[in-house]
Amino acid sequence: MDINDLRGFSTVFLMVTFIGLCIWAYSSKRKKAFDEAANLPFADEELNQETMQEEARNG
Amino acid sequence: MSELNSALEHPVYNYKVVRQFTVMTVVWGIVGMLVGVLIAAQLAWPALNFDLPWLSFGRLRPLHTNAVIFAFGGSALFATSFYVVQRTCQVRLISDKLASITFWGWQLVIVSAAITLPLGITSSKEYAELQWPIDILITVIWVIYAIVFFGTIAKRKTDHIYVANWFYGAFIIAVAILHIINSLAMPIAFNSFQAYSIYAGTVDAMVQWWYGHNAVGFFLTAGFLGMMYYFVPKQAERPVYSYRLSIVHFWALVAVYIWAGPHHLHYTALPDWAQSLGMVMSLILLAPSWGGMINGMMTLSGAWHKLRSDPILRFLVVSLSFYGMSTFEGPMMSIKTVNSLSHYTDWTIGHVHSGALGWVAMISIGAMYHLIPILFGRERMYSISLINAHFWMSTIGTVLYITSMWVNGILQGLMWRAYNQDGTLTYSFVESVSASYPGYVVRVIGGAIFFSGMLLMAYNLYMTSRKDVEPLAAPTLASAV
Repeated sequence: MDINDLRGFSTVFLMVTFIGLCIWAYSSKRKKAFDEAANLPFADEELNQETMQEEARNG
Repeated sequence: MSELNSALEHPVYNYKVVRQFTVMTVVWGIVGMLVGVLIAAQLAWPALNFDLPWLSFGRLRPLHTNAVIFAFGGSALFATSFYVVQRTCQVRLISDKLASITFWGWQLVIVSAAITLPLGITSSKEYAELQWPIDILITVIWVIYAIVFFGTIAKRKTDHIYVANWFYGAFIIAVAILHIINSLAMPIAFNSFQAYSIYAGTVDAMVQWWYGHNAVGFFLTAGFLGMMYYFVPKQAERPVYSYRLSIVHFWALVAVYIWAGPHHLHYTALPDWAQSLGMVMSLILLAPSWGGMINGMMTLSGAWHKLRSDPILRFLVVSLSFYGMSTFEGPMMSIKTVNSLSHYTDWTIGHVHSGALGWVAMISIGAMYHLIPILFGRERMYSISLINAHFWMSTIGTVLYITSMWVNGILQGLMWRAYNQDGTLTYSFVESVSASYPGYVVRVIGGAIFFSGMLLMAYNLYMTSRKDVEPLAAPTLASAV
């Protein structure tokens, strides 16, 4: 064991982490949750309208 | 009234702090870019320093960079992050008081910079010139910012933390770490601005460029990618192209950026292996950068026609093209052999401005045009035609700026490395300076055009904010054709 083994392991570790991340992100199980998440910018129009009305009332 | 509401089930958002930061984004944009035009003019016509020390290039240049990065860009990031975190978490900011402290505190930091830098009070670290008392103030304000931002995420009403907030969050955490570590210094006395960095020599240089490049990576990239992930879908009225890609994009980007700093120190006393590491990591960085750019661009697939009628969307999408261009150019320039030509020349300045004007400024301007009507309770901006004019001025100004600096940079690099047969230099340094003159003039023109666009924006903002003025009729596609 020397420093070069550590360098090798860290490369393998990062590679596995990255591949794991891709598998996790692209698994079909997560599709529904991600579709919902992607629509979050469009999910709060009501609260925005309320804020704008509130501000208009308060001048 | 709003106090009452936040106690009820339907919390109404805090738009006040967003509005304050939005207005100051435009104000500081004008100030910072005006200083930029002045110092560009000084490089073409040096007499413009009027022989006054506080107007000299060496003092005004850090004023320009601090003003555009931290005052203009910073205000845009505060404004949009406070807006996006509320809207995607569906709750009000956790504290109006703390949010207000971040606004006034940040303005105080900017004013302190505007006073100390022209006086020549500087740590001389690039993009970290402010001296220790101001550094401490920045740290306090930044911690309060983090408390407000993450506190709001913690009490969110939604299950998921939207991807834009991940990018804003990474920006806030990374900038705190970078600022504190790079600014560590020992003051010579409590009643003096002067302090000495705790680092010395090559270590000092490496810490500085670890900071410097990640100021680019996290302040000028991650933060503005947060903006991209909210405002591009919102303005295009369709969800982001691939949410899955956005997750891979996020982790890959934050994991790789932090290693790229050594490319600023090629062919210096920095050990060779560290230089090569910086170069390789910079090359790898192309992948996440382009992944993000493609994700933003493809959000428009099926809606490209909107670009014909919506200048705000045009700002956002063209900013992504400049982002793609500069994130290709950056890795290329980090290759040691290319760097031996480009380093210390105007090519670097051109590269920075293709990112700063083309990407950072244009996406901020697009986001501001989206925000301003909402924040002032109007249906749309006062004049859509003026936004369109601003768009073309920004684009043309940026293109003139970067092409003139490409030409100058390559010209300088080639002149500096030219040898005669007997080994002497073919050109003296001053010959390369005088050969650069036409490029400097073109840069002043490009910068002035970009700056003038900001004045149109200020007028449009003012007219939109006036309650007694109705917005002009939006030009329809039919009338445009």
